[in-house]
Amino acid sequence: MTSPAPKVRLDRQHCRELLHQMIRIRRFEEKCAELYTQEKIRGFLHLYIGEEAVAVGVMQALLPDDAIVATYREHGHALVRGVSAGRILAEMYGKQEGCSRGRGGSMHLFDAATRFYGGNAIVGGGLPVATGLALADAMLSRARVTACFFGEGAVAEGEFHESMNLAALWQLPVLFVCENNLYAMGTALDLSESQTDISAKAASYNIASEAVDGMNVVNVEAAARKAASAIRETGKPYFLECRTYRFRAHSMFDPQLYRDKAEVEEWTEKGPIRRFTQWALEAGELHEADLQDIEAIVAQEVAEAVAFAEAGTWEPVADLMRHVGAERQP
Amino acid sequence: MTLMSYREAARGAIRDAMQADSRVFLMGEDVGHYGGCYAVSKGLLEEFGPQRIRDTPLSESGFTGAGIGAAMGGMRPIVEIMTCNFSLLALDQIMNNAATIRHMSGGQFHVPLVIRLATGGGRQLGAQHSHSLEGWYAHIPGIRVLAPATVEDAAGMIAPSLADPDPVLIFENALLYNDTAEIEWPVAADIDHAAIRRHGTDISLITYGGSLGKSLAAAEQMAAEGISAEVLDLRVLRPLDDDAIMATIAKTRRCIIVDEGWRSGSISAEIMARVIEQGFWHLDAPLARLCSAEVPIPYAQHLEMAALPSVDGIIAAARTVLGR
Repeated sequence: MTSPAPKVRLDRQHCRELLHQMIRIRRFEEKCAELYTQEKIRGFLHLYIGEEAVAVGVMQALLPDDAIVATYREHGHALVRGVSAGRILAEMYGKQEGCSRGRGGSMHLFDAATRFYGGNAIVGGGLPVATGLALADAMLSRARVTACFFGEGAVAEGEFHESMNLAALWQLPVLFVCENNLYAMGTALDLSESQTDISAKAASYNIASEAVDGMNVVNVEAAARKAASAIRETGKPYFLECRTYRFRAHSMFDPQLYRDKAEVEEWTEKGPIRRFTQWALEAGELHEADLQDIEAIVAQEVAEAVAFAEAGTWEPVADLMRHVGAERQP
Repeated sequence: MTLMSYREAARGAIRDAMQADSRVFLMGEDVGHYGGCYAVSKGLLEEFGPQRIRDTPLSESGFTGAGIGAAMGGMRPIVEIMTCNFSLLALDQIMNNAATIRHMSGGQFHVPLVIRLATGGGRQLGAQHSHSLEGWYAHIPGIRVLAPATVEDAAGMIAPSLADPDPVLIFENALLYNDTAEIEWPVAADIDHAAIRRHGTDISLITYGGSLGKSLAAAEQMAAEGISAEVLDLRVLRPLDDDAIMATIAKTRRCIIVDEGWRSGSISAEIMARVIEQGFWHLDAPLARLCSAEVPIPYAQHLEMAALPSVDGIIAAARTVLGR
């Protein structure tokens, strides 16, 4: 298996792919919000709108054998990684055709086929697990990368620091991706951290670390390719802080009292899709027809996902106790 | 037959497992250069090297979570947490990940992880090193909870725990490490069933871990008084072996549970509830139990001894149940 190139090659085809993936996430999430108001999706729902460039950029640097550990705001990561929109949506419906058989829900998407290890809804809880997946790779001499996504809120958790130390101490191939959207639910970064430069925290553990404009998909991809190449070459961890912004509320229950509309407006202006589209059109890499094309393809995919979820079935209550432990032989 | 200590038995079984399967490794605080807080892993670093006898920083959550990840990544880790009191720092990983990932993923992922923890009081180590939390862990679906009380089980439970596709927690009562016994090697043990350690007809003493020895001593003394006590060693606290519990109740019709955990919401309470649910009509007398006093374990020896179940306490409770 050849490794992804350490640099981005921005030809027409690739530009279209990046935009397509970001729009897939955006439209999928918009549909989720709509389905939530219709009570098709219940529980907590955390949308990735505004942050699409991070998942899309980072995934370009990963291979099928690599592993992903994500958070409760992980629909976008699962989509780009290759979990079908239908299976993700069916999961949120609670149907057994869902990617976790309806046992997980929006916050716990899992998929063995794409090595997608969830969907962790304890802030910081995924970092030690990612460290362990990488430990297995190191001990079994497998040149794989484990990409671990988490928000800047996780940085205050002890598990963050324990994992940084372990990964650096044992030289484990983890790509730590901090999605810094400035708010841990409703608490701003400068209200929760004495040191707000997050990449500096990773650097203090002797981990190669950089901060990148997380609203720019090309910057994210470039940084991720460089990081993943370094990890494959050295086996050591790498830390990317992607500075981004969540356009929507934290979850569907959040009246957003902690930030003002002007700030949201300002970030919306530099939205990842808007900015990349503008650039690609001006550079002549993409044309209006491409945009219409992408929207049509995505609309079709989302419609099919909804149909798939609607047609899904409920797991029989008789199966309630399954999947707690291995089904043991008598 | 070989004479060995509980400590040596555990070490021997870990060594055998590591020789048999290159995926098995041990990690935890001071397992390597120090030789293990309770010297269980002494000498293994020299034999297997620092990759497989892996000293960790004081990061219980971090290295337990790393064990979970490594298990899902194809390894067979044994994580040693120095005492179960420290395991509370790793409770997030044990409960929210190890016990839960199989279910949350709809059965796609599983966590073949073994965690060994020292447990129990009686050594004047005070309230932060002396508690018995195994009954508490037995509350959690998705994990298996073991309490090896004999030298044989200290060795024999290791291999089947490593073979279990799901997380297994092994609570080793620290007072047992110096116990010795003549045993056949290798030891084959199951991790499903309770075991009768002494047969009797008048009353059942249902116990586990560090209280087994006390229960056997009490049974021996009672025999001199003409009371025939049966001693059931639970061995497995989750899932409980209901059949074995109901069988001994059906035989003796009287029962005392001896449990080093605190009384309220304890494994002893769970056993009593199950006896009421499943064995009520077998009973000739109210159930009784001996638990630790509901106090953080004190340092002063006389107070600590008063807080823990004792041989005298078991005998007194038995007399009450028997109406003697």
